Amino acid sequence: MRLPRRAAAATALPLLALGLAACSSSPTTANTAALSASEPRRIVSLSPTATEDLFAIGAGGQVVAVDKDSDYPANAPRTTLDPITPSAEAILRYNPDLVVVSEDSNGLVAALKKVGVTVMIEPAANTLNDAYTQIEQLGKATGHASGADSTVATMKSEIRAAVQQAGTSHADLTYYWELDPTYYSATSATFIGQIAGLFGLKNIADKVDKAADGGYPQLSSEYIVQSSPSIVFLADTVCCGATAKSVAARPGWASVQAVKVDDVAGLNDDIASRWGPRLPQLVEAIAAAVEKAPAQR
Amino acid sequence: MSRTVRALTAAAVFAIAVAVLGALVGAADLSPWGVVATLLDRIPLVHLDTGLSPLEQNILLQIRLPRVVLALLVGGLLAVAGAGYQGVFRNALVDAGMLGSSAGAGLAATIAIVFLSGLGGSVVPVAAFVGSLLGVAVSWFASAGRRDTATLLLSGVAVGMFLTAAQTFLLQRESQDLQQVYSWMLGSMATASWTQVTEALPYAAVSILVLLVHSRRLDVLGLGDDEARSLGLNAGRTRLIVIAAASLAAATAVAVSGLIGFVGIVVPHVARRLGGPSYAVVLPLSLLVGAGFMESADTVARTALSPSELPIGVVTAIVGAPVFVGILRRSRVITE
Repeated sequence: MRLPRRAAAATALPLLALGLAACSSSPTTANTAALSASEPRRIVSLSPTATEDLFAIGAGGQVVAVDKDSDYPANAPRTTLDPITPSAEAILRYNPDLVVVSEDSNGLVAALKKVGVTVMIEPAANTLNDAYTQIEQLGKATGHASGADSTVATMKSEIRAAVQQAGTSHADLTYYWELDPTYYSATSATFIGQIAGLFGLKNIADKVDKAADGGYPQLSSEYIVQSSPSIVFLADTVCCGATAKSVAARPGWASVQAVKVDDVAGLNDDIASRWGPRLPQLVEAIAAAVEKAPAQR
Repeated sequence: MSRTVRALTAAAVFAIAVAVLGALVGAADLSPWGVVATLLDRIPLVHLDTGLSPLEQNILLQIRLPRVVLALLVGGLLAVAGAGYQGVFRNALVDAGMLGSSAGAGLAATIAIVFLSGLGGSVVPVAAFVGSLLGVAVSWFASAGRRDTATLLLSGVAVGMFLTAAQTFLLQRESQDLQQVYSWMLGSMATASWTQVTEALPYAAVSILVLLVHSRRLDVLGLGDDEARSLGLNAGRTRLIVIAAASLAAATAVAVSGLIGFVGIVVPHVARRLGGPSYAVVLPLSLLVGAGFMESADTVARTALSPSELPIGVVTAIVGAPVFVGILRRSRVITE
């Protein structure tokens, strides 16, 4: 399953947040100042989202290596670099002048700093604005500020259009967001929860204590069936082969509203777990499912 | 004799009681009377107004009940397998995990999750089942030629460490699957279904039956190999059969629930305290106590943070470890 964000959430979220709070300001600011003189020409990205961002803003030509999970766009120079257990030496083989990561694991930032390589940490976004800000930061850092601005503008207008068309007040509709077939879900407090919230949908996972599970609880099957959500979003189609058909075949699930009216929306796991330039596609997929849902009594 | 009957009755009542309690509570708020009425309504010739909506009946009959039954089955299997291993090795600290079973299942499940998960959900249980049996088989053959159980145990530990290292290596390279593998390793019955129950049942029946039939021979084996031989028992063959049956039981449990530790070691000790050291009592008693223990643990797992789930491995250890320590402190030395 391509959900490193959730793995982090489950195990090390508080720690991570602390680390990010401590690090994120210094490398990024130091970084932009240093780069005003000369732009980075050898960028290594260890974050699939950052890779998408860099190519979308026109910095793709400066990218020399991306991690093994950075599978989009297809022309990104994919390597075997591991974003979760990175090795500073393996990264330095590419002789980078800028390394972009989504978290500081394995003491990577300290190691790269020692040899004078700038590191930008672009952590999992908590809001849409975070996602836009990261794109703009990458734009400034790589000399593609205008490319970043237009990418963000396009994203905003596409997202606005999709939301406007489907409508923003669907408090009568409930949804269940599935992260894996053992019923891990995401509450409204999470990034994806907020995106679904653009449509005013009600999330059935919100009944779970938000402090627990870092917003990613494992729901009980009988609770999901009893809640009978109007829409089921599957963010586990690639990792785990979930489909509308496999969901309908689960014991007891045939009586779920979304299954009855065939509103089980299969999403691309990657698009649904990243916070990059393909977010409009995610919002459009959600909008389509919202429009498909029949009005409730 | 009366102690045996009393212990078995108490254990059976315990298992039934927690099963009923398990059917009554859950994340979906079903009225207890509705649950009871729905269950009675299923008895032929009984017709009751259950008061539950079709959706609620569905939740009870298709989601909650299979989970209760699966938990009973898995608990019974793990406990009876643990008792069987302890009998064979004349060592009260042995369970399936020490013979490469858990490590084999872990590696195989990881391989399935990393490389085959696109094929759908049924690959992982099959892989875990096969891996668990292979783990024990490799341990067995690694110690081939040696007749002492210590060698077999040690080779089981070595094989287990090797397989676990292989699993860790694989996970390190495929870290995007970390969460999924981790969640499997902690064990869960969150997706229990009647299909799982019916698929596990034949293996469960065979392994339990074989173990129960061999209980007297385990008592003889407990006297030592030479003594057993003078009583006409083929120690080597008995060991092989019991290990095979216990491994089948453990593999079946692992396939449907993931890695759930502790039950296999703890429950036979509780059984010994309740019913005495004879395996003719320890095995059936372990079956019942294990079933009841696992079902209570799963009820906690699915209700403590409802509607969110707890990994059952966490519950069995958090509840089980203190209980175990308490039992050890209060009991006489009974392992020898």
